[in-house]
Amino acid sequence: MWQWFHRLGSPRWFYQASGKWLPWLSILAAILLCVGVVWGLGFAPQDAKQGNSFRIIYIHVPASFLALAGYYVMAIAGAVGLIWKMKLSDMVMKSAAPIGAVLTFVALVTGAIWGKPTWGTYWIWDARITSMLVLLFLYLGVIALQYSYTSQDAASKASAVLSLVGMVNIPIIYKSVDWWYTLHQPATIKFTEAPSMHPDMFRPLLVMILGFYCFYAVALILNTRVEILHRERRTRWVQDLVAGKPS
Amino acid sequence: MELGFAAILRRDLLLAFRHRGEIANPVLFFFMVVTLIPLGLTPEASRLAEIAPGILWVMALLASLLSVEGMFQGDYRDGTLEQMMILPQPLYVMVLAKILAHWLVTGLPLTLLAPVLGMMLSLPEAGYLPLVLSLLMGTAVLSLVGAIGAALTVALRKGGLLLSLIVMPLYMPALIFGASTVQRAVDGFPVEGPLAILGALLAFSLLVSPFATAGALRVSMHG
Amino acid sequence: MFQFESINDFIQMGGHGYYVWSAYLISLSVLIWLVASPLQRKRKFVQEMIRQQRREMARQETSNT
Repeated sequence: MWQWFHRLGSPRWFYQASGKWLPWLSILAAILLCVGVVWGLGFAPQDAKQGNSFRIIYIHVPASFLALAGYYVMAIAGAVGLIWKMKLSDMVMKSAAPIGAVLTFVALVTGAIWGKPTWGTYWIWDARITSMLVLLFLYLGVIALQYSYTSQDAASKASAVLSLVGMVNIPIIYKSVDWWYTLHQPATIKFTEAPSMHPDMFRPLLVMILGFYCFYAVALILNTRVEILHRERRTRWVQDLVAGKPS
Repeated sequence: MELGFAAILRRDLLLAFRHRGEIANPVLFFFMVVTLIPLGLTPEASRLAEIAPGILWVMALLASLLSVEGMFQGDYRDGTLEQMMILPQPLYVMVLAKILAHWLVTGLPLTLLAPVLGMMLSLPEAGYLPLVLSLLMGTAVLSLVGAIGAALTVALRKGGLLLSLIVMPLYMPALIFGASTVQRAVDGFPVEGPLAILGALLAFSLLVSPFATAGALRVSMHG
Repeated sequence: MFQFESINDFIQMGGHGYYVWSAYLISLSVLIWLVASPLQRKRKFVQEMIRQQRREMARQETSNT
């Protein structure tokens, strides 16, 4: 079993194995996303109260899910790298950080655009949006820490520690913000989600969530592969690989 | 030279006392920004009273944030940190001593001074005791949590801004519950709820933060 | 079951067109960037490596002669 685990940790093995799976995963992601978008934009019924602006949910919700899930991916990869000193895991953590930050940004921007026709304002300090903003700060902190250390090893360890601290704090922060918002909640509207979803609205959302998960995996693998090439550039296998591809 | 919890505590307090001017800094900051608020907003007592709970807590948080940067830097520069880390005593204990010293020198004075500032901002009478209680526990949480950020950035050159970025999200729960303790008291509601949560936050940070800080110190020192 | 009467209606989105399309287009560009960026970095890396290898070979040749 340990042999399998250590093989799993070999950057070269990951590079070669992921190369085989990547095309299929990408096609799957593309199909899911296309189907989901077309379905959501054109074929799902519009919301009684919000009209067609409700269709933004098909991007906003999946992005939010992945933004949060991505943080856990980053933190767990960091933990594995820290505890078992697995360099590949460090590389995955480093790749996961900007992807998660970007998805959080997408969630915030789509949420803001959705807010304008719904509440009349681009920004509103409700629990969900405020938590998303804090998540963005958590990501930016990890990214900034990565780039502040000169030694790659130290950078990975420091980011891993910070991601773990963040991971432990996320439930606390979310609960606190939630509590804070219910204290001050002005009136009726809870938040940016349709209160009860008709199955015709929910199914395309499911497709989009799956599509986003696949997309996340593709982006993560792509970024990790580049990171591997860069860090292992002095090895024989990378030199051979490069020599085999003129372009 | 014996170097246990008490010894480190005593040493840090002695050092702080010798640099009395530096202790004044977060306290002075607290005073100054509280003066800026009426200048920027309004001198009207009623309007100030409305925002006083939140303002006082935010300012205390900022003052704490400013001071946390120096927690490990002095010892890092003169090599004492390295010494502390190779001693047989667990790093957890040493870190706890340093954090306690830091709190005694920054958080505690802030807490004791807060009623004066509350008066300057027309804080209604019901708010004073909750203010002190919440700041007492809250500033301790802030010192504990800030230590993690200070440890992660101690070896970096421009660590200050990065420290603020790292620590800010972690500060939010304490701020939320601390400020609402005072606000609820002012509005006439019972404060046991948020105060209890602040207590839980304190217990949790006491347990977890020194570990994370010790780990972060090791990363900073040894890479 | 297409929800709109015409393509024009589809674009207008019942008055919310600006919001829906800007949200989708911004997200699309960002997601494309998330995939394009590593691909481009990889291409640059390979180019740089090939250049280095050529320089190495040239250096070896001149030290052999």
